[in-house]
Amino acid sequence: MSEPLIDVRDLERTFDVRRRVEGRRRRVREQVVAVHDLTFSVDAGEMVGYIGPNGAGKSTTVKMLTGILVPTGGQVRVGGLDPSRDRVALARRIGVVFGQRSTLWWDLPLRDSFELLQKMYRIPRERYRDNLARFVELLDLGPQLDTPVRQLSLGQRMRGDITAALLHDPEVLYLDEPTIGLDVVSKGRLREFLRALNAERNTTLMLTTHDLQDIEALCDRVVVIDHGTSVYDGTLAGLHQQGGSTRTLVVDLVDEAPAMVVPGAEVRRVEGPRQWLSFPAEASAAPIVAAVAASYAVADLSIQEPDIEEVIRELYSRGAR
Amino acid sequence: MVDVESTPLLHVRTYGQIAWLWIRAAWQYPTSFVLLAVGNGLITGLDFVGLWIMFTHLSDLAGFSLREVGLLYGSASLALALADTAIGSVERIGTYIRTGRLDQMMTKPVPLLVQVCADQFTLRRLGRLTQASAVFGWACTSVDWTPLRVLVAVSMIVSGALVFFGLFVGFSCIQFWTTDATEFANAFTYGGATVTQYPLSIFPREIFVGLTFVIPVAFVNWYPCLYLLGRTDPFGTPDALQFASPLAAVLTVTAALLVWRSGVRHYASTGS
Repeated sequence: MSEPLIDVRDLERTFDVRRRVEGRRRRVREQVVAVHDLTFSVDAGEMVGYIGPNGAGKSTTVKMLTGILVPTGGQVRVGGLDPSRDRVALARRIGVVFGQRSTLWWDLPLRDSFELLQKMYRIPRERYRDNLARFVELLDLGPQLDTPVRQLSLGQRMRGDITAALLHDPEVLYLDEPTIGLDVVSKGRLREFLRALNAERNTTLMLTTHDLQDIEALCDRVVVIDHGTSVYDGTLAGLHQQGGSTRTLVVDLVDEAPAMVVPGAEVRRVEGPRQWLSFPAEASAAPIVAAVAASYAVADLSIQEPDIEEVIRELYSRGAR
Repeated sequence: MVDVESTPLLHVRTYGQIAWLWIRAAWQYPTSFVLLAVGNGLITGLDFVGLWIMFTHLSDLAGFSLREVGLLYGSASLALALADTAIGSVERIGTYIRTGRLDQMMTKPVPLLVQVCADQFTLRRLGRLTQASAVFGWACTSVDWTPLRVLVAVSMIVSGALVFFGLFVGFSCIQFWTTDATEFANAFTYGGATVTQYPLSIFPREIFVGLTFVIPVAFVNWYPCLYLLGRTDPFGTPDALQFASPLAAVLTVTAALLVWRSGVRHYASTGS
C-alpha cells in the first residue's frame, strides 16, 4: 500500500490574537484555536469535498496543505513533502484556485497569463501546448483566449483561472468556492469539466465550498469540519445516514383525505389533496409507493431527495452541543 | 548538489518575464502611461529646480558648489530611481497581505521576493530615471576624470541602487509584523533618499554617523563623490570609506534578505 497523497495527522493551528478588553489599558493576548486534532488522508485520484461553516477552519487547513501557514502542532505531508518547508518545490505539483481572487492579468488577453505561467512553472513547451489545447476544448475557452481578461464574464474568468492552475499537470487541485457567483449553466459545465479531469488524469480534487450541489455532483467523499476539527469523514450517503436525513414522498390524492397510514413512513404535512410522507433516506421508496397505491386513489407521485444542507446543519448543531 | 533550477540568474529571468507582462499591461493604456511618465519626470525635475533657485541666493552649500551638489543629487536620484523602478512594489506587501495576493504568490514555484518585486512593475518611473540621468550627466562635467574615478562612479551607482534595494526590502518587512507601517518605513527609505540630495556636511555629526552606520545612505553618494571631486571629508573620516560603497551594498542587501526571510517565516507562522 503506497503512502496517501495527502496525509494529515493530529494537525493543530492556533493563532495569537490581541484583543482590546473594556476597562484594560493594554490589549489582552489570547490564543484562538483554528484547527485541532484534525486527521485525514486523501489518496491520489480522490475527489473530496471539504465543507464546514464560516470560520470552521477550512481555509486554515488549505493554507497548511499548500505551505502558506506553518502548523503549530501535528503533521502534514503532501506528496511526501512537508508543505511549509518545501513550499516552492510543492508548488510545482499542486494547483490552487481561490474562487474570488483571480491570478490572471486583468488587462491582457488570457493567453498572455498562460504563457507567463508556462515560464514560471517551466512547463515543457510541447506539454504546455497539449494541455492548453485540451483545457481550452473542454472548457470551451477558444474564442476567449485572445480577449483581455477584464472583458470576460465571471464564468469565463473562472474557467481561465482553473486552466491556469492546471497547465503544469498538478497532482492535486485545491478549489475554493469555484462556482460562487456563477449561473446554473456555467456551474454545470464546470462540474462536468472537473469530473472529466479526474477521470482523464486522475487529478486529486479537494473542494471547499458552500454550494452543496458541487459536492453532490463531484465528491464521493466529504470531510465536514466544525470548530476546527473533523466531525464527519465518509461517503455522501453515509452523511445522510448519520445526519438522520429523510426523503419525502409527495402524494397527490384524487380527493382530500385525512392523513394516510403507511408502514415505514410518516405523514408530515397535509394540504388539501396533497400529502407529504417522509421516510429514511436509505430505505427503498418502492414498498411505500406500493402501499400508498394499494390503499388510496392516487393522482400523482413524486420523490424529493434529502436536503444535504439540512443534514449538515444537523451535524453542526450536534457538534456545538 | 547545487540546484540548477534556483540560480540567481534564473530568478532575474523570471523577474524579467513577469515585469514584461506588466509593461505590456500598462501599455494597454498608452496615453495614461505617457502622461504619468512625463508627470513623474516633471515633479522630480522641480526638485532640482528648487535646489537651483536656492543657489541663486547662495554661492555654495556647506562648501559645495551647485555643480557639486548636482553630482550628489544626480547620483543619489539615479540610484534611487533604479532601485525604485526595479522593486518599487515591495512597499506594498501590506496590501498584498490584506488582499490575499501574497497567499496566491506563495503557491507559485518562484521565490516570493522575486514575485513581489516584479509585481505591478511600471516604467512610469522612467520619468524620474531620465531626470536623474540628466542632472548626473550635467554634473559629471565638473569631475576631473581618471580611469579609477570612472570605476568609482560606476560602482557608486550600482552600489547605491543596491543600498536602496536593501533599505526598501528591509523596511518593507515591518509590514509582516504590523500592516499599515508604510509611512513609518517611508521615513527611512525616502527620508534617507532625500537626505542624500544634499551635502551631508550640512548635518550635525551625530546624524552623519547615523547615515553611515545605521541607515548607510552616506555610501550611496557622499563617500564616492568625495573621491570623484577630490575632496577630503569635512567630518574627517578615513579616505578608505570612499571606496567602501560596494561593501556597504553587500552588507545592506544581505541584512535585508535575512530580514525578509524571517518576515516571511513570521507571516507563515501567524497568517496575519
